[in-house]
Amino acid sequence: MTEASRQWPLWEVFIRSKNGLDHKHCGSVHAPDARMALQNARDVYTRRMEGVSIWVVRADHIVASDPDAKPEMFDPAEDKIYRHPTFYTLPDEVNHM
Amino acid sequence: MYTQAMDIPSPDRDDAVRGGPRSLVDQQRDAAYEAEFDARVARGEFVEAKDWMPEGYRKTLVRQISQHAHSEIVGMLPEGNWITRAPTLKRKAILLAKVQDEGGHGMYLYAAAETLGVARDDLVDALHSGKAKYSSIFNYPTLNWADIGVIGWLVDGAAIMNQIPLCRCSYGPYARAMIRICKEESFHQRQGYDLLLTMMKGTADQRAMVQDAVNRWWWPSLMMFGPHDKDSVHSGDSIRWGIKRISNDDLRQKFVDATVPQARVLGITLPDPDLRFNEERGHWDFGTIDWSEFWHVVNGHGQCNRERLADRVQAWEDGAWVREAALAHAEKQRRRDRLAA
Repeated sequence: MTEASRQWPLWEVFIRSKNGLDHKHCGSVHAPDARMALQNARDVYTRRMEGVSIWVVRADHIVASDPDAKPEMFDPAEDKIYRHPTFYTLPDEVNHM
Repeated sequence: MYTQAMDIPSPDRDDAVRGGPRSLVDQQRDAAYEAEFDARVARGEFVEAKDWMPEGYRKTLVRQISQHAHSEIVGMLPEGNWITRAPTLKRKAILLAKVQDEGGHGMYLYAAAETLGVARDDLVDALHSGKAKYSSIFNYPTLNWADIGVIGWLVDGAAIMNQIPLCRCSYGPYARAMIRICKEESFHQRQGYDLLLTMMKGTADQRAMVQDAVNRWWWPSLMMFGPHDKDSVHSGDSIRWGIKRISNDDLRQKFVDATVPQARVLGITLPDPDLRFNEERGHWDFGTIDWSEFWHVVNGHGQCNRERLADRVQAWEDGAWVREAALAHAEKQRRRDRLAA
């Protein structure tokens, strides 16, 4: 095995800062296995009570949308403004609805 | 710890040019992308990892972020030296936490650099082979305990000035890492000042130690902001790309203005006879920086250049068996799990 391929795999780190909130991506760590990935994520990203829960995911297991496909992926929503509450103008008396 | 002083020509800069010849279609496509990219950055939008970016932008970021990461890692050495010599358990716990933070900052930054498609091992190799730079300030020795306080106050103080504008840098992963780092650096500066305040309440010898450390670190701290604007090489592209927001001289002035009153509260004098408030400018004037010393250290001839790099390489080599053993253990576990399944 070559020197380069001995590098520990990359894991993406997600942290829930407190119960009631989503896990949020905060960075990545290298680790040989899941247990050490959690350990490293704790040491690197939660030295000041930044989290109550950590998820780690092998970076090569993440499937991401293609940034060049942004128009096809996300533009169609732009011409559906009737999906937003502000599309509807109601009489002043009831407009707080 | 990042400083704009690292923004100077380095051996790894020359390859910051495009690859081989490109077809006309590719060139036209790149030109269109580039125009769109420049417009996005000018609107203050962030660029994310997988977005198209000009090759020069990517190279500039890889260089800057990795040098920043290297500086955090090398920066652990001058202070780490004092962990076992801290005068009280409280100071030891604080210093340990600070040095651990520097390691953490290095990790955030290597991770940010890797989003640009480089391998961490290659970045580390570039440091160890002397190809990549790190902040010159760490090539000065830490002679006594007061140096630890002065590093926190002046060196980390200068680093904060350099780093705050990076929280608004156009590259998202770098900007996010910087927000996290800046929050933590504030602790670094305050603990240093607190340490010095304590020493200043001590004996005449202790006060003399503080003054001596300030005398040695003041000018190198001012050099951390890099050459004068008229001599600054990379600024043009970096400013256009939203990587650099404030010029070297403006940041340096801000640092001097903020530090002078802090020195007075501490009860020490800054080693510059030309330091005086300029009513007209509304800023502190200061003396001439000895740039020959700056270049001397940048070019590898500072007091500790060789020692720092040698320590770093040795730590990496001494840790090799741990990295290999952890990998072998993980492979063994995976084989066992497969057999059990």
